[in-house]
Amino acid sequence: MQSVPALEWHLYQQMYLIRRTEETLLDLFSQGLLFGTVHTCIGQEAIAVGVVNAIDKSKDVIWSNHRGHGHFLAYCDNIEGLIAEVMGKETGVCRGIGGSQHLHYNNFYTNGILGGTVACAVGSAMAEKKKNSGAITVVFLGDGAMGEGIVYESLNMASLWKLPVLFVLEHNQYAQTTPTSLAHTGDLSNRPKAFGIETREIKADNVISVNRLAQECVHKVRTQQKPLFITMHTYRFAPHSKGDDVRPAAEIETAKRSDPLTHMRWALAQINERRVASIENEVDMRIIEAVETVKQQLVLAPEMFFAGRQP
Amino acid sequence: MTTYLGSLQLHLQQLLSVDSTVLVMGEDILDPYGGAFKVTKGLSTKFPDRVITTPISEAGFIGVANGMALRGLKPIVEIMFGDFITLGADQIINYAAKFAAMYQSALEYHLVIRMPVGGGRGYGPTHSQCLEKLFLGIPHITILAPSIYHDPGLMLASAIQQPGPVLFLEHKLLYSQELITPANSPFAVNLSDESFPLVRLTNNTEKTADLTLITYGGALWLPALLQKMAEEEIWLDVLVPSSLNQKAHPTLAVSASHTGRVVIVEEGAGPFGWGAQIAYDLQHAMLNRLTAPIAVIHAENTIIPATQALEQLHLPNLQKIEQKIYEVLS
Repeated sequence: MQSVPALEWHLYQQMYLIRRTEETLLDLFSQGLLFGTVHTCIGQEAIAVGVVNAIDKSKDVIWSNHRGHGHFLAYCDNIEGLIAEVMGKETGVCRGIGGSQHLHYNNFYTNGILGGTVACAVGSAMAEKKKNSGAITVVFLGDGAMGEGIVYESLNMASLWKLPVLFVLEHNQYAQTTPTSLAHTGDLSNRPKAFGIETREIKADNVISVNRLAQECVHKVRTQQKPLFITMHTYRFAPHSKGDDVRPAAEIETAKRSDPLTHMRWALAQINERRVASIENEVDMRIIEAVETVKQQLVLAPEMFFAGRQP
Repeated sequence: MTTYLGSLQLHLQQLLSVDSTVLVMGEDILDPYGGAFKVTKGLSTKFPDRVITTPISEAGFIGVANGMALRGLKPIVEIMFGDFITLGADQIINYAAKFAAMYQSALEYHLVIRMPVGGGRGYGPTHSQCLEKLFLGIPHITILAPSIYHDPGLMLASAIQQPGPVLFLEHKLLYSQELITPANSPFAVNLSDESFPLVRLTNNTEKTADLTLITYGGALWLPALLQKMAEEEIWLDVLVPSSLNQKAHPTLAVSASHTGRVVIVEEGAGPFGWGAQIAYDLQHAMLNRLTAPIAVIHAENTIIPATQALEQLHLPNLQKIEQKIYEVLS
């Protein structure tokens, strides 16, 4: 039997875990057990998993965004902390106060407003460089965020000050319901070049290729102490949040033919189907248990939250 | 003699000397220029690695400062003119002010944004404003406004130790002014024992005051007003808070309940400002002890004209304040 490197099993396990966790969140939403909003990255998992597994999780900093569950799970595997946060429970990573779009855990940060995180990422890269920690910063942004002016201020400063930051553009072709063609002109992947930033581009439907490219880029950013920008072409199979999809069904179906999860599963199953099934089974059980546990948990006591208000 | 500017320069140097995590960022702050108002003069020569000149990107470099603050550094950011703070509003309101509460995390987070504010220099509609009103009432932002009766440098040193973001307002007319202390003041001056003190001034320590006057920041008309009122035998209890984004300091209600008459002066334009909130707090604290409605004087409710004669009429000035005091006393 052909052997599969441990890393590849791990990448598959994480992609599967992200996909199932987000599908579970959408289910919980439909059942009325989840209040607010969720933005899933279903279809884009190869980016979160490929990139996050290329960094040094013990010290590198990640800035994510409103569509950040995948990045979060790839970073810390904390299913229960995420589900609890999205369900508004006190055991969530931000005690249910931040919710889906506002997560923080160790060196991982998100914010629900687009663009500004890119400037914060440049700042954390600058701080780590000043501290000589050897850490780099990775920031995930979408094609939608490329409409914000602060992104270009940030690219300029990152390049000007030679900061170790890796920009990862998840180009999923839509900003909420607006196709890129109605929002942007020119080629987004070329824009960083105007700031003297080296760029890469990849179709992100194969997690192994994404991871290989990310490893190369992370190494380059760390050793050369300057920014790098990767454009990753992808597609989200689920709506922007929930029930707000106006894209043509045929387009979505075509895109699903390059589902990174299905493709990797097929390849791995050729070699060891039992192991694939066992990985999936284990993840399914963990998610079911996490949901059952979280359902029993409480919302943060009002006096605990409002104790933090200003007089 | 120590000027407002001298105090800021001195304490910035000291802060950078004693704490290697402090750094200063802003536009045109390097020597030999040393910043539009010279507050950073000499700093980049002494601390070349920690004084960073930025592109004209207020949103971007406040964001960079946010990222640095989250990772344990203590940035002090200069906004060349306070008017430009609008460009960084998202980073202040939706990022800096929210991090600790939104992440429910005991973050070590320190950020001070210094901004020269106010009119009186003929700089016109976009370089003369007091825009603090836009940030007042936003939770988890500290807004400080040292006057010449405070020690601005000392307050800056406390500000960088404050958890969460601090907006630090420096009225641009004050830079050249000598600081007034109990030792050199012609009027009695007292400072409360707080990091961001309340200053209390009076033109007669013997008599009960006739009226409570509350103001902050610039207020360069104050010595002349105290003098003029003393000549008229009108005794004022003047209170000058230095921390704005909070309920009225308890001493304000204590004073107001003795005098029963209150005039509040602020330089920001029009209604819905700091003065309106302080008046609201005071009427709650002492409804039955007011002998006249609380008066609020602010700049006129229009843009700040560049032409000098009209600018003076636009801003609160000695004549307007005197007039209002007589009205409230009558």
